[in-house]
Amino acid sequence: MLTTALILLPVAAALVIAILPLPRELTAGLAFLAALMEVGLWIVTAARFDFEEGGLQLGTTEEWVESLGISYSVGFYGFSLWLTGVAVVVSAAAIGYALWVGRDRPRAYHALMLFLTGAVVATFAAQDLLLFYVSFEAMLIPLYVLVGVWGGARRQAATLTFVVYTMAGSLLMLASVVAFGVTQDTFSLLDSGTSDNTWIFLGFAVAFAVKAPLFPFHGWLPLTYREAPPEVAAVLSAIVSKTAVYGFLVIVLAKFPEPVRDFTGLILVLAGAGLVYGSLLAFRAPDLRGIVAYSSLAQMGLIVLGLFALNDLGLDGAVLLSVAHALISATMFLLVGMVERRCGSGELEVLGGMARGRPVFATVLLVAGMVALAVPGSVTFAGEFLIMAGVYEEGWGYAAVVALGIVLAAMYVLRLISAVLHVRPGRAVHDEALDLRPGELALVLPLVACLIALSVWPALVSQSSFSGDRPARVISEGFR
Amino acid sequence: MIETPKVDWLALSPVLALLGASGIALLAAVLVPPWMRKTVSAVSVFAGFVVAAVFAGIVFDDTPQPEILLSESMARDQLGALAQLILAITGAAVVFAAWSERRRRHDAEYYSLLAAAGAGMMFFVQAENLMTLFLGLEWFSLCLYILVAIDTERATSLEAGLKYVIVGGFGSAVLLFGSALVFGATGELGFAQIAAAEAGDDAFLVTGLAMILAGLAFKVSAAPFHMWTPDVYQGAPTSVTAFMSAATKTAALVVTIRVLVTAFPDESQIWTIAVAVIACVSLAWGNLAALAQRDVKRILAFSSVSHAGFMLIAVAAASERGTEALLYYLVPYSAMSVGAFAVVAARERELDKPVTLEGLAGLGWERPFYGVALWIFMLGMAGFPLTGGFFGKLFVFSAAYEVGDWWLVLAGVAATALSLAYYLNIVRWLYMRSGAELRLAPAGGSPPRELALGVAVTAAIVVTVGSFFAAQPILDLASDAASSLPF
Repeated sequence: MLTTALILLPVAAALVIAILPLPRELTAGLAFLAALMEVGLWIVTAARFDFEEGGLQLGTTEEWVESLGISYSVGFYGFSLWLTGVAVVVSAAAIGYALWVGRDRPRAYHALMLFLTGAVVATFAAQDLLLFYVSFEAMLIPLYVLVGVWGGARRQAATLTFVVYTMAGSLLMLASVVAFGVTQDTFSLLDSGTSDNTWIFLGFAVAFAVKAPLFPFHGWLPLTYREAPPEVAAVLSAIVSKTAVYGFLVIVLAKFPEPVRDFTGLILVLAGAGLVYGSLLAFRAPDLRGIVAYSSLAQMGLIVLGLFALNDLGLDGAVLLSVAHALISATMFLLVGMVERRCGSGELEVLGGMARGRPVFATVLLVAGMVALAVPGSVTFAGEFLIMAGVYEEGWGYAAVVALGIVLAAMYVLRLISAVLHVRPGRAVHDEALDLRPGELALVLPLVACLIALSVWPALVSQSSFSGDRPARVISEGFR
Repeated sequence: MIETPKVDWLALSPVLALLGASGIALLAAVLVPPWMRKTVSAVSVFAGFVVAAVFAGIVFDDTPQPEILLSESMARDQLGALAQLILAITGAAVVFAAWSERRRRHDAEYYSLLAAAGAGMMFFVQAENLMTLFLGLEWFSLCLYILVAIDTERATSLEAGLKYVIVGGFGSAVLLFGSALVFGATGELGFAQIAAAEAGDDAFLVTGLAMILAGLAFKVSAAPFHMWTPDVYQGAPTSVTAFMSAATKTAALVVTIRVLVTAFPDESQIWTIAVAVIACVSLAWGNLAALAQRDVKRILAFSSVSHAGFMLIAVAAASERGTEALLYYLVPYSAMSVGAFAVVAARERELDKPVTLEGLAGLGWERPFYGVALWIFMLGMAGFPLTGGFFGKLFVFSAAYEVGDWWLVLAGVAATALSLAYYLNIVRWLYMRSGAELRLAPAGGSPPRELALGVAVTAAIVVTVGSFFAAQPILDLASDAASSLPF
C-alpha cells in the first residue's frame, strides 16, 4: 500500500493542480508542498523497510489483465528504494526551483512535473514488465512538453531529437516486451524465468542504452540538456537516466544471463569508450550545460561498467554511484541555472570571477565540484573505486580506463570551477549579479548535505542495496 | 393459412430500434415545425441508439451459443452483439458531437440518415450469408453517400459525396462479383455452407475470396483500397467523418473476420497472407502519407488507414486471441477517432475554415479542455500507455507473435515509430506554437459554448483512458464474442 501511495501521491497532486484554478504562487506552492510530502512519504517507507532482510518488500500485486498474465505488481528492493529516494528528493528540489524562478503557466508546468515524478517512482517500483514499460513510456509524455514549451531557443529541435531517439529505443523494447511476455506466458518479473533469446535481449539493452544514455546512443543528449529548463535537465540527467540503471539490473542482467555473457565484452568496451569520450567532450565544451551534460554521459558509462562487471564490487559501486551522480548532476544543473539567470548566458568565455563577493555561491559550487570530481573521501570516490575494483576482475584494461576517467573528471570539473569562480570577471558577470539567495540556498543545500552525509557513510547505500550484501548472487538468482 | 418463418425479434431489435428512430426523425422533417425539428430528430435518434445499445446488451447476455436465424441468413451471436454495442455507443456519441453543427437545411434528414446508417451497420455485422452481407453493405453505404454530401451548399461536401459514391460503388461491385464467383464455385450462399462445400483449390472460389476481401477492404479503408478515404474524410461534414472513421471500420472489420473464418476456413493459408500483406501496405502507406499532410482531417484520415493496418494484423493472426485483440482495439479506437474529429469540428467552427496544422496553433493554451482532449487522443492513437490505444497495440502484437508472425510485430513497431512523427507534431502545434505568432484570426466573437460536444469529447476521453485501466473487463467481453467464431 505504501508503495502504491508513493506512486499515486504525485499523480493525484498533478491532477488536483491541473484542475484547480488557483493563483500562480499558490499553484507552485501547492506543487512544492506535494513534492515535499512525497519526500516525507519516502522517509516513512524507508523507515518501514527492513534493509537487513533484503529481497522484495512492501510489495503489492493486483491482477490487471489476467488472460495475458499482466499484473499491477510493485515493490522495492534495497537499491530501488535508494534510487526512488534520490528521485523524490531531486524532483522536490526541481519543483522548488521552478517555484523560485516562477515558471510561466504554472498549472500545466507543475502538473507535468508531478506526473513525471509519479512515473519515475512507478518505474523504480515496477515488478511487472508491462507496468515497467508503461511507466517508462509515461515519463516521456510530460518530458516532451516540459522541454518543448519551457525550454530554450532551440527547444523544438531538442524535443524532436529526444523523442525520436527515446521512442525508437522504447518501441524496440515494446517488441521485446511482447516477445518475452508471450513466450514466458506472464509479464511478471517475479514469476518469469530467464530467456536466452539474443534479439529480445538486444531490444531491452538498446532501449536502456538510449535512455541512460550510453555511447553511441547519446545523440539526443547535448541538445536536450542544453535546451531544457535547468530543473528539467536536472530531473532528466539525475533520475530519468537512472531508470535505465534499474532496467539493466532487474531486466537485462537478471533475465538474460546468457546473452549478457555473450555481450559483456562489447558493452564494457562501449561503456569505457563513452566514459573517455564523454569526459573529453566535457573538457572541451564551451558552456556550463555542455560540461554537465557530457559529464553525465561519462558517469553513466562508468555506472554501466560497474553493472556489467557483474560482480559484488561492481554492482555495489554502480548503485552507489547512481545515487551520488543523481544528487551531483541535480545540484550542478540547478547551480548552472542560477548562474544563467544571473548572467544571461552559460558560455564559459563570458563568465568568470564570480567568487569575489559571492562567498556562498562559491562555497556551494566548490563543494559540489569536489564531490563531482571524486576527491578521495567523497561518495563518488567510493563508488568509482568500487567500480574500478569490480572491473579489474574483468581485465586490468577496464580499470585503467576507469582511472583515466577519474583523472579526466578532475580536469573538467576544475575547468568549470575556475571558469566560473576565478579568473577576471567575465563580460556577462555584473556587479548586480547577487550571491545565492536564501531560497536558492535552501534548494541546493539539502542536496549537498545528502552528498556530504553519503560521503561520510557510503556504506549506508552500498551495504543495503542487495540482500545479504551479495549482489552478484542476488542477480544470478533472478532476485529470488 | 400461409406458414411464416419464425422470426427472432430480439435478435433484430437493435436494427429495428434504429429504423424506428430513423423513421421518426424523417417524419419530424415534415411534420414538426422548423424551430424544433432538430431537437425532436436528435432526441429520437439518440434514444434509438441507446435502445439499440440496450437490446444489443441483452442479446449479448442472452446468447451463450451462436444461433443461425431466418433460413441461414442472419447470425445471432455475441460477436455481432458486441459489435452492435460498440456501433450504438459510437452513434450516440456522434449525435452529441453533431449537435453544434449548423446547417441551413436537412437537420432532421441528417439525423434520420445517421440512424439508418447505424441500422444498416448493425444488420451488416449479423450477416451470415453473402446476400445479407451485400444488402447490409449497400444499406449503410447508401446512407453514408448522402450524409457525406448533405451540406449541399459546400462544394467540398458534394465533391466528397460524388467521390465516395463512385469509389464505394466500385468496391461494392467487386464484392458482389466475388460473391457471385463463390456462389458459382460452391452453389451456396450461407457462410457455413460455403465452408462445408469443401470446394478445395477451385480457382473461382479463390478469385471470389480475393474479390470479397478487396470489397471489404474498401470499407475498412485499408491500403491500397483507401483512395477515397482522405478526400471523403476531408470533405464530409466532420461529424459524419467521425462516424465513418469509427463505425464503418468497426462494422467492416467485424464482418471481415466473420466471413473469412466462417466461410473460408480451409483457405486460411491464402487469406492470412493476403490480409497480412494488406496490413503491411496500409501501415506503410497510411503513415507515410500522413506525414505529408497539412490538413488535420486528412492526417486523421491517413491515420485511420494505418489503424486499419494494425487491426488487420489481428485478423491475419486468424486466432481467437487475434479476434479478441481486434475487438478490444475497436473500443478505444472508436472513442479516439470520434473524440479527435469532434475537437477538430469545434475548431473548424471557431475559425470558420478547414483546420490545418497552423489552425491548431495555441489551441492547447486557449482551450485547455479541447487541447488536453486532443493530446490524449493523439497519444492514444500513437499507442502511448495510459490510453487504451496502448493495450490495443499490445494485444494485437501478442496475438501475432503467438501464431509466429514476428515480422508483423516488427512491421507494427516500425509503423508506430513512424506515426509518432505526425501525432506528436499535432501536439507540438497545440502547445508549442502560439496562435498570435501566426496571426490566426478567429471567426470573431467569443467561441460558442458547445456543451453537447463537450459531453461527447468527455465520453471519448473516459473510454480512451478507462479502457487502459479496465482492460480486463473489455477483454472478457471480447473473448466471449470471439468464442462465437469457429476457430
